[in-house]
Amino acid sequence: MSRKILLEHIDVPGINTFDTYRKMGGYRSVEKALKTMSPEDVVEEVKKSGMRGRGGAGFPTGMKWSFLAKPVGVPRYLVCNADESEPGTFKDRYLMEKIPHGLIEGMITSSYALGANTSYIYIRGEYFYILRILEKAIAEAYANGFLGKNILGSGYDLDLYVHPGAGAYICGEETALLESLEGKRGNPRVKPPFPAIAGLYACPTVVNNVETIAAIAPIVNMGGDEYAKIGIGRSTGTKLISASGHINNPGIYEIELGLPVEEFIYSDKYCGGIKNNKKLKAVVAGGSSVPILPANLILKTANNEERLMSYESLSDGGFVSGTMLGSGGFVVYDEDSCIVRNTWNFARFYHHESCGQCSPCREGTGWMEKVLHRIEYGHGKLSDIDLLVEVSKKIEGNTICPLGDAAAWPVASAIRHFREEFEWHIKEATLSQSRNFGLLAAHEALVK
Amino acid sequence: MNLAFSEEALTLSKALMKRYPEGKHKSALIPILHIAQAEFNGWLSSDAMDYVASIIGIKPIEVYEVASFYSMFNMQPVGKCSLEVCHTGPCAINGAESLISYLENKLNIKLGQTTADGMFTLKAVECLGSCGSAPMLQCGVNYYENLTNEKADELINRLTAENRLQSYTDIK
Ligand SMILES: Cc1cc2nc3c(=O)[nH]c(=O)nc-3n(C[C@H](O)[C@H](O)[C@H](O)COP(=O)(O)O)c2cc1C
Ligand code: SF4
Ligand code: FES
Repeated sequence: MSRKILLEHIDVPGINTFDTYRKMGGYRSVEKALKTMSPEDVVEEVKKSGMRGRGGAGFPTGMKWSFLAKPVGVPRYLVCNADESEPGTFKDRYLMEKIPHGLIEGMITSSYALGANTSYIYIRGEYFYILRILEKAIAEAYANGFLGKNILGSGYDLDLYVHPGAGAYICGEETALLESLEGKRGNPRVKPPFPAIAGLYACPTVVNNVETIAAIAPIVNMGGDEYAKIGIGRSTGTKLISASGHINNPGIYEIELGLPVEEFIYSDKYCGGIKNNKKLKAVVAGGSSVPILPANLILKTANNEERLMSYESLSDGGFVSGTMLGSGGFVVYDEDSCIVRNTWNFARFYHHESCGQCSPCREGTGWMEKVLHRIEYGHGKLSDIDLLVEVSKKIEGNTICPLGDAAAWPVASAIRHFREEFEWHIKEATLSQSRNFGLLAAHEALVK
Repeated sequence: MNLAFSEEALTLSKALMKRYPEGKHKSALIPILHIAQAEFNGWLSSDAMDYVASIIGIKPIEVYEVASFYSMFNMQPVGKCSLEVCHTGPCAINGAESLISYLENKLNIKLGQTTADGMFTLKAVECLGSCGSAPMLQCGVNYYENLTNEKADELINRLTAENRLQSYTDIK
């Protein structure tokens, strides 16, 4: 379960340069695709691979590609989503910084498959130093004939540019990203039409995450069927997990999907257990937007089955007792963590990042932040807990883009699993200002 | 309006506009606003935005509405060094809050304020994609990670000695 595909050569000195990357087998997928495959063949391999988008929603990439409209005489675009702003997620940064050519190779092969002749990498503005790294790598790719006119004599032309954002989580939402790339405010568009029909400059467009695009090269090299053998069930392949919080070894890990969560948290190969020998209290498994789970439910499903790092296993139990793999932002909380404070923190984040277009999101996120703030600072009422649940329900499903849901779920799930802690915070308003609640008795017995 | 880009910045801006299809060069607005902020003391005055509008050939309002949407664009003057501490969840549980208090005390300012000498502005910002190396802050193009009070002291000394505008677009 420790197979490395994306990070296979991460430790090779100089892997950030074209020459070393090429020596290690880089750009083979471009040669294979452009010289021996039709664009449709490439799409077919990606379909067979079963790979699901790595940006958060987990939509099968091959299927997404096959929806792309192909009207004659209209350009098509591939846009890479390198906005990476979901709290807890820092894998794309790592990939682009360490192996920039991995993304560029993926962009070329994918652009060929989609028939795009101009492609963009939209990177969050805070990552300006990575923009420089990518631009240097792109210049090397041009110099070596992998970008520009008539690539490898195939007759295929591609120009690739990196485009910075300027600080806005919402620009990770694909239609907000396209608005931003057009030089506008990052307001998500009403869908339909979907980008596959009318995306960048109203032309058919595919938006994919950095990790998704980087995985296209190995998929084309090994073939979709081989890739589909990696992982477990419909969770094929490997996934980069960003591990943070109260663990001994924070960082980026490439795991084969299907790895037991318990092994991921406690093995020295991964997180290395909880810092300072504390006990595990909770985990946010897929970035701040996914439901938080208490220790007992992250290690085992409600049916007492071992919980695995896969799309299906993490969502087992739905919103009652499960969560989601999301972006793979894995945040670990120890026994001393305050769930109320963390929930308030996330609510503040979503309020700050709401674009303000729809009132349930704009008003609801602000309201939740305010109520959570008063609970956290000892001025809450018991009725505030149900009020929060009510507000979260009013937001969920009633907004233009999924940021509304993303703001509602962390609050709803924290209350679902840690209601006693919220009640304690309100009833013991004074005490809660000087110490934390600790573990729920019901959870304590179950965790290491 | 008496502001103007340096020769280099103007050439770069013109080249950026060519990256987008015919008639779609408004796409270069955000990249050019980054250049403007670096050219004009770290913030976007209305003169600066009007100038950007004139380069791209769009209406000033199209620039204002965009500039004010994005958190990296400063609509007010700031210090030469903006210390932007991430205070989102994963950083908050690993020392961000005490780092902010430490910096507030050391610089004798509150979040959002600028030191009297115009050197430092202290800000709390949302997740910067560095959650595994908390606490951390961004200043200009650089990330400073796994910070301690000692490392923060060193950083402040170094930035004070450098005594220049720290821009997001600096070449690292
Ligand atoms: C509020 C919000 C923020 C998002 N942020 C990101 C992001 O930073 N990076 C990303 O790849 N996808 C992000 N997404 C998902 C994108 O909308 C889109 O689904 C994704 O880029 C598709 O790529 P994939 O299929 O390769 O995963 C976000 C979605 C929402 C609603
Ligand atoms: S849900 Fe929130 S972020 Fe999304 S479009 Fe509506 S107001 Fe904007
Ligand atoms: S939470 Fe601070 S960098 Fe992600």
